[in-house]
Amino acid sequence: MRFDKMWQRLYRGIVLGCVFLGDASLRADRIGEMDSISYGGQFLRFFSMEDPLLRTVLLGSLCLGLCCGLLGSFIVVRKLSLVGDALSHAVLPGVAIGFIVAGEKDPVAIFIGATVAGLLGTVLVSLIKNTTHIKEDSSLGMVLAGFYGVGVVLITMIQKTSVGNKAGLDKFLFGQAAALTDKEVGVMAIVAFVSLLVVVVFYKQLLVGSFDAAYSKALGLPTRFFHYLLMLLLAFSVVISLQAVGAVLVSAMLIIPASSAYLLTDRMHRMLILACLFGMITGAFGAFLSYMGPNLATGPLMVLAASSVFVVCFFFSPKHGIISRWLRFRRRANRVRSENSLKAIYQVRESLGFKGEGVLLSDLGDRMRESAKEVKSRVDALVRYDLADLKVHDDSCEVYLTPEGWVRACAVVRNHRLWELYLTKQAEFEPDHVHDDAEVIEHILGEDTVRELERLLDFPTRDPHGKLIPSLTDLQRTLTYASSKGEEASGYSMPKG
Amino acid sequence: MAAIPLETHDLTVVYNKKPALYGIDIEVPEGKLVGIIGPNGAGKSTLIKAIMGIVPATSGWVKIYDKPFKKNAKRVGYVPQRESVDWDFPVSVMDLVLMGRYGKMGLFGRAKKEDREIARECLDKVGMLPFADRQISNLSGGQQQRVFLARALAQESDIYLMDEPFVGVDAATESAIIKILHELRDKGKTILVVHHDLPTAKRYFDMLLLLNMRVVAFGPTSEVFNYDLLQKTYGGRLTILSEVADAIR
Repeated sequence: MRFDKMWQRLYRGIVLGCVFLGDASLRADRIGEMDSISYGGQFLRFFSMEDPLLRTVLLGSLCLGLCCGLLGSFIVVRKLSLVGDALSHAVLPGVAIGFIVAGEKDPVAIFIGATVAGLLGTVLVSLIKNTTHIKEDSSLGMVLAGFYGVGVVLITMIQKTSVGNKAGLDKFLFGQAAALTDKEVGVMAIVAFVSLLVVVVFYKQLLVGSFDAAYSKALGLPTRFFHYLLMLLLAFSVVISLQAVGAVLVSAMLIIPASSAYLLTDRMHRMLILACLFGMITGAFGAFLSYMGPNLATGPLMVLAASSVFVVCFFFSPKHGIISRWLRFRRRANRVRSENSLKAIYQVRESLGFKGEGVLLSDLGDRMRESAKEVKSRVDALVRYDLADLKVHDDSCEVYLTPEGWVRACAVVRNHRLWELYLTKQAEFEPDHVHDDAEVIEHILGEDTVRELERLLDFPTRDPHGKLIPSLTDLQRTLTYASSKGEEASGYSMPKG
Repeated sequence: MAAIPLETHDLTVVYNKKPALYGIDIEVPEGKLVGIIGPNGAGKSTLIKAIMGIVPATSGWVKIYDKPFKKNAKRVGYVPQRESVDWDFPVSVMDLVLMGRYGKMGLFGRAKKEDREIARECLDKVGMLPFADRQISNLSGGQQQRVFLARALAQESDIYLMDEPFVGVDAATESAIIKILHELRDKGKTILVVHHDLPTAKRYFDMLLLLNMRVVAFGPTSEVFNYDLLQKTYGGRLTILSEVADAIR
């Protein structure tokens, strides 16, 4: 009990903090002020768990999010998302029949009816798939729509009866978390607990069965049993979610939080934890939003919240997000561009016998066959990265490499020439066929590979075209020269072959 | 008399009303490296899947050291085809190899320190230890195959069944794998490998099972790798026959 109280106080503190922050940010806006206070107040009321009615709603949506995230992760990695969709639609007639049999909105009767209908639907899908040449996607589509149609018809009929029209079975279509009763939340909590328990205890069987079912069988594990256990839990989760999120959008709560988590991590256990968290947060938030407006269905709002999370993951996930990928791509492109500039500067210096430190931009332009403007922008980029300095004279511009720039230039040239030599010597390419390949690989070769190449080629000094290959030790010597005495570095010349 | 590692009798598999394997009767002696060869659709993969009950047998039986497969599953290690799994699945190389230990952990068991140690050793054996913490999608074809082999090694079995372990792998991986197979064989393990390349089949294996829905021949490589039997296995497929001719020469 004491722990309970402490937890409540802590929880309220966190919620208060959030509200305070939210309010502070809105305070500047005079028009929104009134609204923000009432939203904040409601938010506090909703998440403080003090009002027993709201507590029921909040707990229910948390259980829903947990179940959906947990089992959704498995169906996402097993590519069974459509099965989840079919299952969620197929349960609807079961809800109606459960109601008819019980004569009232009894959660247990509805639970049983819906589970049976859902399982019947999935059995029917396999039956159609296995006995005809209709493929799985079509049979899923048919069963999904067919069961859903029957469900809608039955529910509409029940709505017309005197008992039925007060029962609010139409809420099963799009969900109304505010209508959750204690008994329903009790069933939800049991399902959430059982699902969590099964996943934790039988994690290894579920993991190997999901990744490689044939291998799981080869290990002698009861693969089929665990598959059906997972499907049964999935059906349970769908059924308990009906009242809060509705049959139409349950599958979204299965798929979206799990897919968001999949973008963030590539380990199953982390994906499960993240998916549960996302499911719980978006579930609770959707329920809160729907509580704010008396006629707002919960399902669409939960899905909206979940989709927002997904959008953020889609753009900003460190590994798989498109913005991060774009940034990585740009960084790589920039690096290749600067390395090519450095290489050209090296080659100009080489053609001048390494006399004089600076390279005229006009010479560089001739070498790269680029206009003065293009060359200037290349050199500006090098200056930005501290790889070169630019000296402007009256009628010309000269570029000087910094010590780091010089080392990088040597490294790229070395990589290029080593690779050309490797291709001609070891892979027996013609010397005039190796340039393009080396152009690409010069930016990728790591230090280890370079050492290996040098060893393989018996520490060569000249490339297939007779040009000198700057070696690793040369590079280091240059660096110490250049950093201690700028003048001497300029006079540094390549070792004679 | 020591028990026979692998014995099948009248093993028959029917897929969608089309027969895939007919009355397979084989007795595989201990400590042999056996290649299963035959044309496409000959039921090579089906045979090893049927041995492990991954594909249900329509009739016949399989015995692993005198017991049905289910009783002796722990004594059989399996390397499935590389394409059979989704390589984007969220597990690391280490997680994947640990799956090889799952059969020995019991219903509620978890990976212990010892299991991790064995998994690391097996990864090291195939040269993939530096990749232990990588996600599996970042592996090349040859690396994927090595990881699959490490997983089978982690099973510490007496019999290994491998489905096309040399498909789409680089030459270095192929020779590394064959070296490991020879080591296993020398330790008295029995290995069955589905193979499709005739010229190497002659060099790699102690025994060959020539399969074309039925057993065409099963015996020491030197006895069964001849023109008549290979022609019988492959039928009149000219391109393969010229390959056979090259291989025999």
